[in-house]
Amino acid sequence: MAIHLRSAEELSKMHQAGLAVHEVLTALREFVQPGVTTMDLEKLAEEKIAGRPGKAAFKGYRGYPCVLCTSVNSEIVHGIPSPKRKLREGDIVSIDFGMEVDGYFGDSAVTVPVGTISPELKKLLDVTRESLDRAIDKMRPGNRLGDVGHAVQSWVEQHGYSVVREFVGHGIGTKMHDEPNLPNYGEPGRGARLQEGMVIAVEPMVNAGGPAVRMRDEWVAETADGSASAHFEHTVAVTANGPWILTRPKEMVGPSW
Amino acid sequence: MAKQVDEKKKDDSGNSKEDAIEVMATVIEPLPNAMFRVELENKHKVLAHVSGKMRKNFIRILSGDKVAVELSPYDLTRGRIVYRYK
Repeated sequence: MAIHLRSAEELSKMHQAGLAVHEVLTALREFVQPGVTTMDLEKLAEEKIAGRPGKAAFKGYRGYPCVLCTSVNSEIVHGIPSPKRKLREGDIVSIDFGMEVDGYFGDSAVTVPVGTISPELKKLLDVTRESLDRAIDKMRPGNRLGDVGHAVQSWVEQHGYSVVREFVGHGIGTKMHDEPNLPNYGEPGRGARLQEGMVIAVEPMVNAGGPAVRMRDEWVAETADGSASAHFEHTVAVTANGPWILTRPKEMVGPSW
Repeated sequence: MAKQVDEKKKDDSGNSKEDAIEVMATVIEPLPNAMFRVELENKHKVLAHVSGKMRKNFIRILSGDKVAVELSPYDLTRGRIVYRYK
């Protein structure tokens, strides 16, 4: 399988999908507060999607039951929304959402603090978000996939955290998961060379403790040592002018989240 | 949604060495290249080679020895000698 290069026209279609994702995530992010259940988030997302062109990308993907992935505290990714899972003050929740609009996909995620969180968790979120920024900055023609992975890994490990190996970022376009895989670790100068038109969902998953993962069931991945885990993601295109974050408005600048 | 990496490749294709049928046999004649003609308990005559593990440990086989032979379910005319009885 080859890595697809997207034309300007395709990129603008993916941007449409990305903008929809961004809008929903922004609404969800503001909605998070103590007492809200992860199913409430799911409901709100469904309301936001209704009446919009396109559809949610996750629901039905390999049998996944919901439009959102909501992963609380030690859950790394693919937490399934539940009316029993009530968010409490001091929790962190990763909200991961994707849409398909006009045949093209956008995929993004953000980890949100619930109320006031401990300084340790705050730092975990800051470091993970910053690792995404650093990775995105490497998404330039001529760089290699290893440069992007290394940007995440070196930054994260220098703060005493660890990156998850079992889940990776991925090419995205007319399929949600496409070539290539983008691990959040790597050696500079290794891996496929980035070219104009490549689109990759960059998504560092960072554990406060060790990197080991335990699968609670077919979907939900949590840290084996029970430590907290953060996850930020954007769909990013490689362009001649540098990285283009498709899952947010073009006029937004500065930190990725 | 993060993509899960398949670290362990699915093993449902099966390891051919584990599907084999094991039967008793008697060696009739030695052939070149560590091959033997053996006669199974059901009187079938089968061309069998010596398993790598037995070769490595220098288990010698002579005609008349009782041996255990694994047969592939796909080709019942060939087998692998996996044990020599004393």
